[in-house]
Amino acid sequence: MADSVGPRHGAVVRATHWVTTLCFLALLVSGVEILISHPRFYWGEAGNVLIPPLFKLPIPASRATVPTGYGYVLPDQNGWSRYLHFQSAWVCVLTGLLYVVFALFQGHFRKDLLPARGDLSWKGISAVIARHLRLRPASEEEAWSYNVLQRLSYLLVIFVLFPLVIWTGLAMSPAIASAFPAAVAVLGGQQAARTIHFFVSVLLVLFLLVHVVMVCLTGFRSRMRAMITGRPAPDMERV
Amino acid sequence: MSRISRRKLITTGLAATAGASGLAAAAKLAQRYGLIPPDGGGLYGPGETLTYAAQRILTRHSLAREFHPNQISKPPFANEVAPLGDAFQRLQEGAFTDWRLTVDGMAARPATFSLAELKSFPRRSEITHLACEEGWSYIAEWVGVPLSHILGVVGTLPQARFVVYRSFQPGWWESIDMADALHPQTLVAHGMNGGELPVAFGGPLRLRVPRQLGYKSVKYITRLTITDSLKRFGKGLGSASPEGGYAWYAGI
Repeated sequence: MADSVGPRHGAVVRATHWVTTLCFLALLVSGVEILISHPRFYWGEAGNVLIPPLFKLPIPASRATVPTGYGYVLPDQNGWSRYLHFQSAWVCVLTGLLYVVFALFQGHFRKDLLPARGDLSWKGISAVIARHLRLRPASEEEAWSYNVLQRLSYLLVIFVLFPLVIWTGLAMSPAIASAFPAAVAVLGGQQAARTIHFFVSVLLVLFLLVHVVMVCLTGFRSRMRAMITGRPAPDMERV
Repeated sequence: MSRISRRKLITTGLAATAGASGLAAAAKLAQRYGLIPPDGGGLYGPGETLTYAAQRILTRHSLAREFHPNQISKPPFANEVAPLGDAFQRLQEGAFTDWRLTVDGMAARPATFSLAELKSFPRRSEITHLACEEGWSYIAEWVGVPLSHILGVVGTLPQARFVVYRSFQPGWWESIDMADALHPQTLVAHGMNGGELPVAFGGPLRLRVPRQLGYKSVKYITRLTITDSLKRFGKGLGSASPEGGYAWYAGI
């Protein structure tokens, strides 16, 4: 495999990666801000402080109407948070679409993300897990391609978590619910959609944390350089 | 400059020009078909415009979901309201017989209606979901006059594009476009869950816009103004919400 011309990450992958990163951080900050105005979760269609919650987060709220057990109310910043949340969501979705269309055309999913049939066995997966647990450094080959765990995580994020967080987000919209009622019913109602939206966001944040930790452990500078310039090290060509 | 990079430059230039003119054409079309919200300028204007335009295309005639009576939230949650003052108290003591709803602006026959007159109009009952931007919600039965009926009675002029509505509470005013104003489920509500509309829920009169978040369903409405432009109202952003930092269009 003396393919020395191709960069580690193509230009579209790099650009969409960083735009998505920015959008995700904006969505996270604004999402937390929206959440603290009512840190209670319900199942079904309706939910309010007179309805027993599925669970509530042990945090103070930004509205005095929510009983939290705290003697104070956080400042309310919902206005700009909502504007920012929806604008970032648009940029994130459009960027994601660009990425998916490009990746389909370029064979990015097939070449870089779809695990090889042989790797998909329990044996193959547990070998990678064991290597992680023993804190073995990544092999030379892994600096240039993803191992089976990485492939599965990226595919899960791209094809399950992101679609689900978009779907549950849209299902909370009264106008979208009027046009596509089945998209809400399937989820179990608008409050159920809100609850699922929360859990999927938590999973995405977990992914982000593991992702950043792994980047740091495997060489922050070279991984960052690879995602910015396309090459893990200056003048590094694959031989 | 190498051949490759010149070709790249030309392609990029062409793509950028096509993109820019495409955007300009889209903006012009959006303007013509009323797909740009009044708060479509500024930092968050692009996101708001995309949301409003997309939802106007997808949901213009869609009906809000209606629920079974056994899904009504008991008891419903009444959000906090600022003290309504002595004038409201006096009206309430008189069973709101002196409450008036004035309809003016682009109407052939501007009029003022009493509560009794409004209740004599054809009524519609619907069990819909009211969701607050904070995240909570409840389901209730609402009874009222379809706003479209009132707009018909006063003879709305064809150039009308928005209906502005004001609350008895100073500073509370909102507006909706004609797609929502003429929508069959948009009500001037005077009843709730089988009785009169309680004061805590906006009684005696509340606008119900079930395809948008709760803050568009303004309580204690006293005046409707039909207009072709929102520029002359307040700061020109469409309603009090964007002036307070919230989106004008709340179909989210």
